[in-house]
Amino acid sequence: MKYARLVWVNLTRNKRRTILTTLSVAAALFLFVSLRSVVTALEDAGDVGSETRMITRNAISIVFVLPEAYYNRLVAVPGVKSVTWAAWFGGVYRDPRDWFASLAIKADSYLPMYPEFIMPDEQREAFMAERTAAIVGSGLMERFGWRLGQTVNLRSTIFAPDQEWPFTIRAVYEPSEPAVGDEWFFFHWEYLYENTGGRMTPGWYVLQIEDPALAASVARAVDEQFENSRARTRTETERAFQTSFLTMWGNVGVLVNVIGMAVFFAILLVAANAMIMAARERAAEVAVLKTLGFGDRLLFVLVLVEAAAITVGGGLLGVFGAKLFFDGTEFQGAGFLPGFEVKWATIAIGMGIAVALGLVAGLVPAWQATRLPVAGTLRRVA
Amino acid sequence: MALLEIRSLSKVYQRDSQAIPVFENIDLDIDTGEFLVLMGPSGSGKTTLLNLIAGLDEPTTGAIIVGGEEVTAMSRRQLAAWRSDHVGFIFQLYNLLPVLTAYQNVELPLLLTHLSKKERREHVMTALDVVGLSDRADHFPRQLSGGQEQRVAIGRAIVSDPTLILADEPTGDLDAKSADEILTLMQRLNREFDKTILLVTHDQRAAERGEAIMHLDKGVLTR
Repeated sequence: MKYARLVWVNLTRNKRRTILTTLSVAAALFLFVSLRSVVTALEDAGDVGSETRMITRNAISIVFVLPEAYYNRLVAVPGVKSVTWAAWFGGVYRDPRDWFASLAIKADSYLPMYPEFIMPDEQREAFMAERTAAIVGSGLMERFGWRLGQTVNLRSTIFAPDQEWPFTIRAVYEPSEPAVGDEWFFFHWEYLYENTGGRMTPGWYVLQIEDPALAASVARAVDEQFENSRARTRTETERAFQTSFLTMWGNVGVLVNVIGMAVFFAILLVAANAMIMAARERAAEVAVLKTLGFGDRLLFVLVLVEAAAITVGGGLLGVFGAKLFFDGTEFQGAGFLPGFEVKWATIAIGMGIAVALGLVAGLVPAWQATRLPVAGTLRRVA
Repeated sequence: MALLEIRSLSKVYQRDSQAIPVFENIDLDIDTGEFLVLMGPSGSGKTTLLNLIAGLDEPTTGAIIVGGEEVTAMSRRQLAAWRSDHVGFIFQLYNLLPVLTAYQNVELPLLLTHLSKKERREHVMTALDVVGLSDRADHFPRQLSGGQEQRVAIGRAIVSDPTLILADEPTGDLDAKSADEILTLMQRLNREFDKTILLVTHDQRAAERGEAIMHLDKGVLTR
C-alpha cells in the first residue's frame, strides 16, 4: 500500500492521457460485453426448446410452407404423441420499425404443447373463444402501452402488406424463464387461413414425441416419408431449429467473436502505446529511483500495476456501464434476443480481459524500466 | 581502516569497435567521516567514478569495496538493496520527482525499508529539519527555489542514514549564495553527523570546503 501513492501520482500526472486511455478501454469493453451478451442470448434462446418437441419444416428453407395434408401422416408416425403447426406472420404495428415476432398458431393443440407461455385460465379461454383474439407477451404489452381487451391493428410484411389486421388482446402471457421471451404475439391460425382466401398452409409442424431418445428415429421416419414429395421436409429437435432460426443471418457467434478479438487487439495497441510513452517520458525518474535502491522487480511491478489500473478502471467503467445500460433499457433486440442480459459470467470475462490487457500493455514498458541503464540515462538528462 | 577502497579500477567504454579508456588502474581509499573532494575537467571521468562507486555502472576491471563489502561482485538485485542501505546520492540537477511534495520525495528511500508510516514520518521530518525545510514539507519542487530543491535532494540522500554520501556537482546549477548554503550544509553533515562524503566538482570554491582534494585528469588520480 505504501507504493500506492507512487502509482497514483504517475497516473494523474498526465490526466488527459490517462482519461482518454481509460475511456478507450471502457468503450472497447462496453462493445465486447454487448457483443458477448448477444452470443449468450442466442445460446440461451437455443437452449429453451423442449427436448420432447421436434420441428418439421420445408427442407429447402423455413420460408417455404408445408401442405396441410401432412398433418395426418405426421400424427401416425410411431413415437409421435401429438402434432400442431404454426406460421410466421411478420406483423408490424404502426411502423415497420415496430417489428416483433408474430405467429399464427393452431391454438387448440399449440398451447398445450407450450406450457412455458403462462397465462390465467380465464384469459386463455377468452382467447380460445374468439377468432380474432390474440395472446401477447407482457413485454410487448409494456412496449406499446397496450392493455387487455384492446383492439390493435397490425400489418403483415408477408400477407397483403397494405391490409390492416385487427386483433383483440384477450390474454397476456408471462414467460416461464427470461430466455423464452416476453414479446411474442400469437393469434389463431384460422384467422390467417380465412384472410388469405384459404391458400395459406402451415409454415412448420411441431411434433410432441413420447421420449427424447426417439428423436433421431422420428426425424428419420418423417423425412423419409416425404422424401419424394413436392415439399420435402427437414425434421430436427426444437433446440437445433431455434439455433438455426436465430442464426439464419450468419454465424453470429463467429462474427461476434472476430469483432471482439479485433476490438481487443486495437485497444491493446492503444493502451500499450500510452504506457510506453508514459514510461519513456519518465526514464530519468526511473533512473533516480534505481539510484535510491528501487530494485528491478519492484519497478517492474509498479509499471505493471500502473498499466493494469488504467485498464481495470476502464474495464469497470465499460463492463458495468454496459450492465447498467442494458438493464436500464431492458434491451431485447426488438424481440430477436429474448432474455438478453449482461450476465455475471460475461462481466467476469470482461474484467479478466481488462486485467490481461493491462498486464500485456504494461509488459514492454515494465521490462524497459528494469533494463534501463542508470548511468547512461542520468548522463543524458544532466 | 578505510570505509571505501578502490583497487586497480579501470573503465573503458566501447563505441562500436573503438575502445575509449576513461581511467586505468586507479587506487583510492576514503576513511570513515572523511570529506573528500574530487576535481577534474569535464570528461575526466569524475561522474563515471562516482557511478561505479554507487554500483550504477560496471568497471572494466578492478574492485570497489565499501565497508568490507565488494560492490563490484554484487548482482543487480544485491546492488539495489546495498544502495538503499548504504548510499545517499546527490545530483547536480536535484532529480526530484516533480509530482511528489518535498516530504514525499524525502520519504522515497524509506519506502524500501520496513519502517512504519509513523516511523517514516519521524525520519522525514528530521531530515527536512536538518536541511532547514521542515516548513516546506508540502511544497512541490516547482514551488521551491533551486537551492531549496537541492536541500530537499540532500534530505532525501541522508534520510536513510547512509554510510556514504556521493555528490555529483551539487552546486553546479546554483547561484553563488545558494551554492554556499549547500556547501555549508554538507560541511555540517560531515562535521556534526560524521557523514563520509565524496564530492565531485570542478569549482575551486566548492573544493575548498572539503578536508582533502584529489584530481582526476587524463585517467590519472593525484592528491
